[in-house]
Amino acid sequence: MLDVATSLTIAAVLAGTPLLLGALGEILTEKSGNLNLGVEGMMFMGAITGLIGSYSYEQAMLAAGMTPTGLMSALIALLVSFIAGAFGALIYAFLTVSLRANQNVTGLVLTIFGTGFGNFFGEYFGLKAGGYVAVSAVTKAAFAPVHIPVLSDLPVVGQLLFSYNWMVYFALALAVIMAWFLMRTRVGLNLRAVGEDPAAADAAGISVTRYRYLATVIGGGICGIGGMYMSMVTTSGVWVHGCVSGYGWLAVALVIFATWSPLRGILMAVIFGGLMIMRMYVSIPGLPVQIYDMIPYAATILVLIITSVRQNKEHAMPAGTGYNYFREER
Amino acid sequence: MVDEAPVTGQIETSDPINYGNDELAVNMERITKSFGTVCANRDVNLQLRQGEILALLGENGSGKTSLVNMLSGIYFPDHGDIYVHGKKVTIKSPKDAFDLGIGMIHQHFKLVDVLSAAENIILGQPGGISVSRKALNAQVSQLAQLYGFELDPAKKVYDMSVSEKQTVEIIKVLFRGADILILDEPTAVLTPHETDKLFTVLKNMKADGKSIIIITHKLQEVLSVSDRVEVLRKGEFIAVVDTSETTKDQLTEMMVGRPVSLRIDRPKTERGEERLQVVGLTCLNADGIKALDDVSFSAYGGEILGVAGIAGSGQKELCETIAGLYPAIGGAVLFGGEYEGTPVKESILGLKPDEISKKGISMAFVPEDRLGMGLVAAMDITDNMMLRSYKDNNGLFVDRKKPRELADRMIDELEIHATGPSAIVGRLSGGNVQKVLLGREIAQNPSVLIVAYPVRGLDINSSYKIYDLLNWQKQQGVAVIFIGEDLDVLMEISDRLMVLCGGKVSGIVDPREVTKEDVGLMMVQVARDEESQQ
Repeated sequence: MLDVATSLTIAAVLAGTPLLLGALGEILTEKSGNLNLGVEGMMFMGAITGLIGSYSYEQAMLAAGMTPTGLMSALIALLVSFIAGAFGALIYAFLTVSLRANQNVTGLVLTIFGTGFGNFFGEYFGLKAGGYVAVSAVTKAAFAPVHIPVLSDLPVVGQLLFSYNWMVYFALALAVIMAWFLMRTRVGLNLRAVGEDPAAADAAGISVTRYRYLATVIGGGICGIGGMYMSMVTTSGVWVHGCVSGYGWLAVALVIFATWSPLRGILMAVIFGGLMIMRMYVSIPGLPVQIYDMIPYAATILVLIITSVRQNKEHAMPAGTGYNYFREER
Repeated sequence: MVDEAPVTGQIETSDPINYGNDELAVNMERITKSFGTVCANRDVNLQLRQGEILALLGENGSGKTSLVNMLSGIYFPDHGDIYVHGKKVTIKSPKDAFDLGIGMIHQHFKLVDVLSAAENIILGQPGGISVSRKALNAQVSQLAQLYGFELDPAKKVYDMSVSEKQTVEIIKVLFRGADILILDEPTAVLTPHETDKLFTVLKNMKADGKSIIIITHKLQEVLSVSDRVEVLRKGEFIAVVDTSETTKDQLTEMMVGRPVSLRIDRPKTERGEERLQVVGLTCLNADGIKALDDVSFSAYGGEILGVAGIAGSGQKELCETIAGLYPAIGGAVLFGGEYEGTPVKESILGLKPDEISKKGISMAFVPEDRLGMGLVAAMDITDNMMLRSYKDNNGLFVDRKKPRELADRMIDELEIHATGPSAIVGRLSGGNVQKVLLGREIAQNPSVLIVAYPVRGLDINSSYKIYDLLNWQKQQGVAVIFIGEDLDVLMEISDRLMVLCGGKVSGIVDPREVTKEDVGLMMVQVARDEESQQ
């Protein structure tokens, strides 16, 4: 029984990490007042570019007669996927902040664009590589679970806390840093003001445009890293058609579930991850697997109902989110 | 006033003193600003002297706020020059304005609800990476004490009263070291007592060497606080006069462009029968706090019952509960009528508006949110008339002829400036929108007419037209309930005045027998006898 619980928890953490990364990116974005529904698209863009980045690096090194290292490969995947997600978000920011296009429509378009982008290049490179595109064992090893001397060998605790791949710890650290940034720093305070009430922030001398661009682009980059997790860890460095499918939307749901708090996001991501892989661990005879897949969404609806009934201003979507700001509007 | 532009009004300024540019804190020359086809300011000049309080006076839409918004960096002028302390400047953003020492306190507060007072005050300020709440709160408290404000720096803005929010706004600009302060309609939301306190602070700041622009359309305040008055009308500069050398009538004439009688009539009528009786009405707001607490009063035919109170004292809930739009948790609303010659009272509490009208009760309600609750902005005048009458039609189709005739008649009789019955309501000016709404309700021949803030946002001419209409209804024997915000108006037009305070009735008085100060006191505390019992 304990074994099942342990392995369920580990699997939940592994499944929850890309959701956490996507949600962190979206929290940062929404705190600036942009409701970017293109998380799914940006994750797809990060997923394919991260994989191709590592793959190209390996190929280039081999062609030059050198051995690729796992560290470099992972760093390149991280950087490239961040840039790809940030690029998707930049399109979004340009359309909504500079051209004042409708945020919802723009986000949906970004999702469609990113999905097509990911699958198109996935197939293209797969064909070029002769069937499918996959990274070598060196890179796979870089994304394998880490082994920390002593700590990882502890009974149960070692397995539960110290046996994940580096991206899990990366995501955790990012959540903590983001929480500190939003609540304790001057720039974070200004960012929250921009998201809550852009007119007030503007009157206080804060550049709404700059804050929205930066937060959206960096947030998009984080979403891209979340996508890279899907292609490098979840599918073990092999491009699988439509591999992100649905995770981006779950990340958006997770933002609501975490009530816009990065720290709560950590816990909620594990719960979401658990709900997603539960069908493999807990089987109730006669219950179709589709029911399991519905649970995260049903939980999100529940949270939406609870938060709207409570009408708490502080654990809710920033008041300015979803609306474009134009100073001279009357 | 060396190079003052030609005065466009009839009244010449009487101040020949030659001030050098150096003594001017602000000098705006020939400022023009358009929004699309609407010209908000045309060749307007404004000169603020060092250490004075300048009142900027004008009706709604006269371009006062647009003008100062160009000083605070919210808008950018189409053309014209701005000098601050004698130096020509370009103000592109609020940040530029702060850097020049200009701070604006906006009419609609620019505060972030979920942040604390202190957090709002340091927004956008340079400093270290992280913020220590403790040190910050101490710093803000110190500054507040310096100017004699009471403020809890850790209090969240959404928990604050309007006057607390205004305090935060003022400290915010002082914190930024502003020596030129602009206040946009600062007294609109304050009680008379709070207004006095604010004016004392302003005078202290003036003594401290700060230059202040105060925007208002209340003449009494202009006369009591300012050194000079600049008048704008329809986006154009009219005149600048010394406050000590002007009168209310002269200022009004400059504001409106022609002499206007400022007296509101209170025609004498015979008080009729009791039309509406409200007993112990109690209801809750969204937070579960009592928005109305044991409210009892009666409204009689041929009488205007004024309702005064600070914004949010339960006025909205009161009208909406009577109109059947808001749930009550206790009390009764009784409508006086007669049945076969015998006077009867009918309970209408808890009925929906259409159920009330089905009972044959003719009650009209003019809500404060005219284009949200009262009229449909995207529809034309005829269609808006039909909203009240389409249910009388039988069959599949509606009769457009009668509403159209009504619209035609109203445009004629109420002098509504519109191209015709098919003019879209949302494109009319505020005064005309109000006339359409009030006209439609009056056309129902109501026996009780409830109007909430009927002159909010209206210019002087339209306001007096509305007062005339209400008085005319009163003379027709209608029981009029007038919820207002301008105490001067309420004191003049009401036959009886009910004062609300925090959802309770603090008294029903005869406005001819009490002073404005008495009423102001009642607005902030429930009747004294009750207090002495405690």
